[in-house]
Amino acid sequence: MLASFIPLFLQILMAAGLAYTLLIAAKKLGPKRPNAVKTMAYESGMDPVGTARDRYSVKFYLVAMIFIVFDVEVVFLYPWAVTFREFLTRSPQLGLFVLGVVGVFLAVLTLGLVYDIKKGGLEF
Amino acid sequence: MLAPVLFFLFAAVAIAASIGTLLARNPVNSALSLIVNLLAVASLYLTLNAAFIGIVQVLVYAGAIMVLFLFVIMLLNLEATPVLEAIDKRILAGYAGGTLLLGAITYLLARGLGALPTFEIAESAAATGTPRALALNLFTTYALPFELIGLLLLVATIGAVMIAKKRFV
Amino acid sequence: MDLPLYWVALIGFAIINFFLVSASVLVYYERKVSGWIQNRPGPNRVGPWGFLQPFADVAKLIFKEDISPTASSPFIHSLAPVLMVTIAMTTAALIPFARGFVIVDTEVSALLVLALTSIAVYGVTLAGWSSNSKFSLLGGLRSSAQMISYELAMGLSVLTVVLITGSLRLVDIVEYQNGPGAWGILGWNVFRAPIAALIFIVTAFAETNRAPFDLPEAEQELVGGYHTEYSGMKFGMFFLAEYVNFFVASFVIVTLFFGGYLLPWEDALLSALPGLKDSVLLGVLQVLSLLLKAAFFAFVFIWVRWTLPRFKYQQLMTLGWKMLLPIALANVVLYALFFTFKALLGWGG
Repeated sequence: MLASFIPLFLQILMAAGLAYTLLIAAKKLGPKRPNAVKTMAYESGMDPVGTARDRYSVKFYLVAMIFIVFDVEVVFLYPWAVTFREFLTRSPQLGLFVLGVVGVFLAVLTLGLVYDIKKGGLEF
Repeated sequence: MLAPVLFFLFAAVAIAASIGTLLARNPVNSALSLIVNLLAVASLYLTLNAAFIGIVQVLVYAGAIMVLFLFVIMLLNLEATPVLEAIDKRILAGYAGGTLLLGAITYLLARGLGALPTFEIAESAAATGTPRALALNLFTTYALPFELIGLLLLVATIGAVMIAKKRFV
Repeated sequence: MDLPLYWVALIGFAIINFFLVSASVLVYYERKVSGWIQNRPGPNRVGPWGFLQPFADVAKLIFKEDISPTASSPFIHSLAPVLMVTIAMTTAALIPFARGFVIVDTEVSALLVLALTSIAVYGVTLAGWSSNSKFSLLGGLRSSAQMISYELAMGLSVLTVVLITGSLRLVDIVEYQNGPGAWGILGWNVFRAPIAALIFIVTAFAETNRAPFDLPEAEQELVGGYHTEYSGMKFGMFFLAEYVNFFVASFVIVTLFFGGYLLPWEDALLSALPGLKDSVLLGVLQVLSLLLKAAFFAFVFIWVRWTLPRFKYQQLMTLGWKMLLPIALANVVLYALFFTFKALLGWGG
């Protein structure tokens, strides 16, 4: 179990190593001649007006919030998807029960999605 | 052999990252430390052979909830927390609550320390940590709590839309 | 694979290098195909048929000045491209390249692909935030909202495949698609679950920020999107990550829906030529078959770029939340009902 994840950790280390090599290579090899105009934030050739650290529409927040709910839903469905056909081969009645359980779960959350759409939570 | 070494390595990372979360003045750095902490905890699950829980930890906490945190920090443009000069009542209450919680956790840990099984953790997690083992219990024995989770999630969606609609549009 | 750790590391290193080079080749491929579609020659100056153009570009990017804009957060500004490259290269290691040839073979690999995809959002978000430019921030926000919105439909289309296969291991998913005898390629998941395949391909476009979902860098309104303020190799790293990502996405599409490394009619072929079984030649053929299929999907990515106009932001979110998500959900329910009826009526095994 853990053994199968060791290559993953190795791969992450090596990939990060590559990324840092690229970063450091660019730092060492590239010229460094910054000036005020060059480091100014790009705003179509004009001097930037105000800062970018301003307050933005809360719409993005709502999307992230609704996303969490459905992400959790999908995560719960994975164990079901892995075993559903096993339940069915074990006994169709048990499979039917599990289908009912998951069906109610899905129906409740679909209700949530319908509510969001009707209330305009997903209008952009 | 490798598992205990990795466990303590990731545990150290998790602790360091959570200290970083508390000490960082800039909220984005704080959130980043929290992400590192969550990833380290996910790796801890992996060292305990609970692969599914580990990946779900990454998917839900690191991949969804922390994105929301970052969005909030970025959208509301929270500045670095000011250095507190005067100690007011709320901070005192915070310290008192924190100490109380720490005490309770320490007490429970001290009491439960002897009761923990020592060597069986990894093996039992290997048997129950797979998505298959989880499903065999979740959709039969624990069907009702599972449905309640569904309801809880429904309440969360409705709440989010209600709050956002009322205040900002 | 039960190989010693240093072998695993070596193969992993080789795969990283393979994708590093393939990104350069893909840039050339994309520019040539784009040129062909638009009736112009494309790059043709550096090397024979312009083949060395991307390598010249890489050299140029390394020797360019790395500008960090004023008031940006330097650490996070560098972290974002590093994150993008790391995640892209890590996902590459999850793909089974031939029977028994896969580096990271876990029993939750399919979820791991999704988990890595979901972490990639940070690269974009942090790049947008740390640049301290309005274009970057808006591009980063849009992009991350887009990526999380399409993750759901993507997760549900993978769920359909998992429901059919009954396993989260990518190796199992590939082997399950091996149709017996003359059925051959009909065992591929694209024929078992065509709607899921279509949804997965569409969401793969959105997750890799490729046209027509390239809103984060919609140059007419957002200049360069989240990487407006990046220059030199840091920009190069975003570029690299984008190409590796869409190549890896092609591999994942093939693995999940188009038989992965399986040769077409592999069973029939093996019964005709029994000597091929378990031979090295079969492994080589499987790698080639995977590469060819992935190259085809890389072509599709480029083809679509010059065929479909970019979505508007609100069209994109409507498509994700009101079309793809409900359709993907209904699709899962449909398959669940199908399997239940099959079991109740006692059809098949």
